[in-house]
Amino acid sequence: MHELKLKYQGKKMAPAFNAFHTFLYTPNETTHPGGTHVKGADDLKRTMNTVITALIPILLFSFYNAGYQHYSAINGFPENFSVMEHFITWDNFWLGFITVIPLVVVSYGVGLLVEFIFAVIKGHEVEEGYLVTGMLVPLIVPVDTPLWMLAVAVVFGVVIGKEVFGGTGMNILNPALTIRAFLFFAYPTWMSGDKVWVHGAKEGVTQAGSADAISGETILGYLAQNNEAAVASKFSISDMFFGFIPGSVGETSTFLILIGGLFLIFSKIASWRIMVSAVIGALVMGLIFNGVVDAGWIPDYSKFYGLMQFDFWKHLIVGGLAFGIVYMATDPVTGSQTTRGKWIYGFFIGFISVMIRVFNPGYPEGVFLAILLMNVFAPTIDHYVVRGNVKRRMKRLKNAVILPKDSDSKAEELKVETV
Amino acid sequence: MALLSKKDANLILDPLADNNPITIQVLGICSALAITAELKASVVMAISVLFVMGVGNVVISLLRNVIPSKIRIIAQLIVVATLVIVVDQMLKAFQYELSKTLSVFVGLIITNCIIMGRFEAFALGNGVWRSFLDGIGNALGYGIILIIVGFFRELLGSGTLFGFQVLGDPIAKTGLYATGYENNGFMIIPPAALIVVGIIIWVQRSRNKALIEEA
Repeated sequence: MHELKLKYQGKKMAPAFNAFHTFLYTPNETTHPGGTHVKGADDLKRTMNTVITALIPILLFSFYNAGYQHYSAINGFPENFSVMEHFITWDNFWLGFITVIPLVVVSYGVGLLVEFIFAVIKGHEVEEGYLVTGMLVPLIVPVDTPLWMLAVAVVFGVVIGKEVFGGTGMNILNPALTIRAFLFFAYPTWMSGDKVWVHGAKEGVTQAGSADAISGETILGYLAQNNEAAVASKFSISDMFFGFIPGSVGETSTFLILIGGLFLIFSKIASWRIMVSAVIGALVMGLIFNGVVDAGWIPDYSKFYGLMQFDFWKHLIVGGLAFGIVYMATDPVTGSQTTRGKWIYGFFIGFISVMIRVFNPGYPEGVFLAILLMNVFAPTIDHYVVRGNVKRRMKRLKNAVILPKDSDSKAEELKVETV
Repeated sequence: MALLSKKDANLILDPLADNNPITIQVLGICSALAITAELKASVVMAISVLFVMGVGNVVISLLRNVIPSKIRIIAQLIVVATLVIVVDQMLKAFQYELSKTLSVFVGLIITNCIIMGRFEAFALGNGVWRSFLDGIGNALGYGIILIIVGFFRELLGSGTLFGFQVLGDPIAKTGLYATGYENNGFMIIPPAALIVVGIIIWVQRSRNKALIEEA
């Protein structure tokens, strides 16, 4: 392999080849002799692999959930639900496997192909940025998304969302969310409504013993129709938390997302500040809405009532909010870089997500829109945080200058002041 | 181009590619985003602008020694407004449905930066024949982008061209739709036009490196 690499060095296809090479082997280059070199092990590839590791449990869970939702929609939900008996079954796994794996394959295949083409044209190395995006994309789309649509969206997302800005690390918008947003605006009938969240519903698979087609509305969907009774009768809070609910492929299990999030925090890959502040933001907005309902300012026939009266903390365990906060908002490229900026950035993601969720007439979910919006504002936030810091220090400097400098004690004071 | 001298020919050819009003000067973007969801509307808009610019440049060029320079903007506005009203009334009389699609954007030809820009930059200082060529050239450059954008947006967004279903019937599921293809709703909304124009600019600049500005 190493010899092949030397042979191809400088050729047009070299970047494409090198990408495979470094993926499989440790590079055989060493730093030049003389002097000491310290190299951190947490390079881009390591970072990406850590995130993917955090996503694997969610992917496995999604196999079971896809199958579980499909069979439950046909046969009715089991009376006394037990995880071992009804959820972790071979049937569920196999059905989920054959519906979700094609999404993963298409996402990676098309995305990496685009990356390779751009790397060859531009003559730079293939960047690892797509490794995480490629895993995120299948997890944030409905299970029955047609593969060609996914392919079109991935091409769009990688080219317009990332490559035109200069590739990995240069993008303004999160590529995975760009892909999701493109799908949402291009093919709304496949991305919302009650027919897309359960495998087979769109093709009109019928319920056992009746002619009615199966359907699977999400919890937010029911709430947007002011149908709180359906939510209460169908889904318990533990269902919502552990993720036995309809939704996009990998967004349902808040429990596993929480574990993945903790893993990312302890491996110092993702920023805990963004996660915490986003949770706070969502809770604050939820509390405001709850307060509006409690104060009786909104009648119960209002079309926002269902979502507004929804307990503020439950917003975190339904829909894609948890997934978005843990895996999307913390993207180090598109998020804020400064410490204070991260708090502001995260807070508004949570805040705006819940706001869009409640007020969006077409589609009761707003996480991806909120994160994309804040992606755009992240550089502005950083700019003002840095400016604010500069201003504060300038002021300190000014104060320091006007202090008398004659005595030693004053000079000491001045030092303390300016450190 | 024996008909025109090389210099005159460039007046028409330059705005078509290397000095295109939309992709290089980035003027007239608002109408390019707003009305290009259908090819027919793009074509009509292109023809309207062609008429206004060709005639307008000639009129301004004729009047260039008469117009006092202090009030030249008002004089230009009167000329362009007169022409736009003519176009608007013609559309209302003969193509009423289409004039409803184009709605306010016909009237907004008045504020199209390309037109005032050419009056100001060219017609006020050049002879009638050359001003005419310049007006035609810039309007064609504007129109060609409009038509390209309209073509892709209508084809991908609605599956039609000039209203004909070229990809099959989306409701009866014939043609391409039988294979599961669906129209791309994203192409119908104006942000898609921005992206299509962006891609045209990208293609143009990667073909002609001289157009790339220093970073």
